[in-house]
Amino acid sequence: MGKNPVAPDKKREGGQRLPEPIRNGYGHGLLKAGREREEIVALDADLAGSTRSQWFGEEFPDRFYQMGISEQDMMVTAVGMASAGKHPFASTFAIFSERAFEQVRNSVARMDANVKIVGSHGGVLTGQDGSSAQCIEDLAVYRAIPNMTVLCPSDVVESEAATLALAEYEGPAYMRTTRRKTPIHHDEDTTFEIGEGEILREGEDVALVGTGSMTGRAMQAAERLEAKGVSALVANMPTIKPIDRDLVAEISQRTGHVVTCEDHNVIGALGSAVAEALAETRPAKMARVGIDDHFGRSGTPDKLYEAFGLTPDHIVEEAERLVGNRVRA
Amino acid sequence: MASVSLAQARRELDDDQLEQMARRVRRDVLKMTHLAGSGHPGGSFSMTELLVTLYTRFLDVDPDDPDDPERDRFILSKGHCCPGHYALLARMGFFDRDELWNLRRFDSFLQGHEDLKVPGCDVSTGSLGQGLSYANGCALAADQDERDFHTWVMLGDGEVQEGQVWEAAMTAAHRKLDNLTAIVDYNKIQIDGFVNDVKGVEPLAAKWRAFGWHVIEIDGHDLSDIESAYNEALDTEGKPTLILAHTVKGKGVSFMENKAEFHGRALSEEEMEQALQELGEEVA
Repeated sequence: MGKNPVAPDKKREGGQRLPEPIRNGYGHGLLKAGREREEIVALDADLAGSTRSQWFGEEFPDRFYQMGISEQDMMVTAVGMASAGKHPFASTFAIFSERAFEQVRNSVARMDANVKIVGSHGGVLTGQDGSSAQCIEDLAVYRAIPNMTVLCPSDVVESEAATLALAEYEGPAYMRTTRRKTPIHHDEDTTFEIGEGEILREGEDVALVGTGSMTGRAMQAAERLEAKGVSALVANMPTIKPIDRDLVAEISQRTGHVVTCEDHNVIGALGSAVAEALAETRPAKMARVGIDDHFGRSGTPDKLYEAFGLTPDHIVEEAERLVGNRVRA
Repeated sequence: MASVSLAQARRELDDDQLEQMARRVRRDVLKMTHLAGSGHPGGSFSMTELLVTLYTRFLDVDPDDPDDPERDRFILSKGHCCPGHYALLARMGFFDRDELWNLRRFDSFLQGHEDLKVPGCDVSTGSLGQGLSYANGCALAADQDERDFHTWVMLGDGEVQEGQVWEAAMTAAHRKLDNLTAIVDYNKIQIDGFVNDVKGVEPLAAKWRAFGWHVIEIDGHDLSDIESAYNEALDTEGKPTLILAHTVKGKGVSFMENKAEFHGRALSEEEMEQALQELGEEVA
């Protein structure tokens, strides 16, 4: 073992940060938070290399708990540690965290434990491993649990900031990360406020609301729409719960059309949260781009995104459909 | 501080007084569940001596400072048997005994399953199979910072059918948690009938041994068995201890003993009268 193998350096070219997987932000953030806060401990269920909790484990072996392939045990062990003053971060693949759903519900959330759960490899972006590993419902199931906060950052810079925010936050939370390199649309000094969305691009005709890996695609869609004479606002919603109702109302008021974009079942997560907020604040025509209530399959992430309609082109189509409706009306 | 001296007095009980305390706890459980119209007396009775001995002779907890970070922990993993725990906590001075008669009511903190809202309770359980993991977490945190509190956890026998118990059993042994003691209240009965008819758990002692635990088998109603097992558990180094306590479900009331029926049902007025008579004294 080298002296300090820990996290790889953040790659830059011409001062610009190069794309990295969103999961890396968890690794960077946990390490940074761990250096500042002694009470932080990390647990993983035999996927520490993949979730990036290993970077923390290499620097803080005494505060890292390899739990083996035992997700249910891991979640409740974390609660016991929290009860004795620790601040545990428990990570595994998003899908395997769901194996401990009832433990998360009854032990983590019901006891309002200061436990953070990080599910990597969210969405069909996971690709070739196939449907058993492609978690498309995590945000919905955790969102439905009282006391839970649910995050889904959109690039590596944001996921690092979100991890630091979680380290300061007292209470149970779930954060989804993903595996594949994702374009960066945040400055490196960005900070993260739980519960707040942000406008990444101004526009007037339609609002594209993205979360996680789909925020970058919403940005691409906005460029294509501009070329077609449609002015699209892009909002990033890294907190699924509590949803930023004020921002939803604001973008609805300003554009009158909302398209949500998520690598998740269209039931229960971003699309639903935004629809609920819209219905109760400023109703607007909306469309939900996401997985249309079916499981995934093996294939490259690009192929799957194309097959399931998670592309900039499909976002453009949906936006044009909404805006066209307005014009005809 | 009146309750400190009360707590101290509780610590100096001789065997007769301890048995009297056990009878009082059982009587309170019957009255609590009767008034509530539901609850779990059978499994509360099988663990009564185990619990009373633990609280009066071993557990370092203070009713005046129930959240003391350095207190010993007691995790009731078989959370449905909280009436037995609540009744004892009230007797130990953690809260007013009159509250017991409000068990399971909307305006009471006495929830239908073990709950953190109750002064003296370390955990909210009710879904079986989770308490040992929680206890491991307490013990691991203590271990990391070299704090010397001990963590005790009480499991049911039907509960060990949950796979998570064995995940947690592996964790405790792998981490050599000798600051942790688990007790299995082996009363041989679960809701739907005898454990070994529903889904057999034998050979139970051998299973825990194979998982790397120090195992002590005792009569869970015999005070000297219990006391020596607890001492042995505290003295054991390098591995966690499992006390397999052979008990009788519904122990103490003849018509309740060994009956699955009384796992989760309160007594009628008539049954109460007979039961209280068998338990000796009037409910104080």
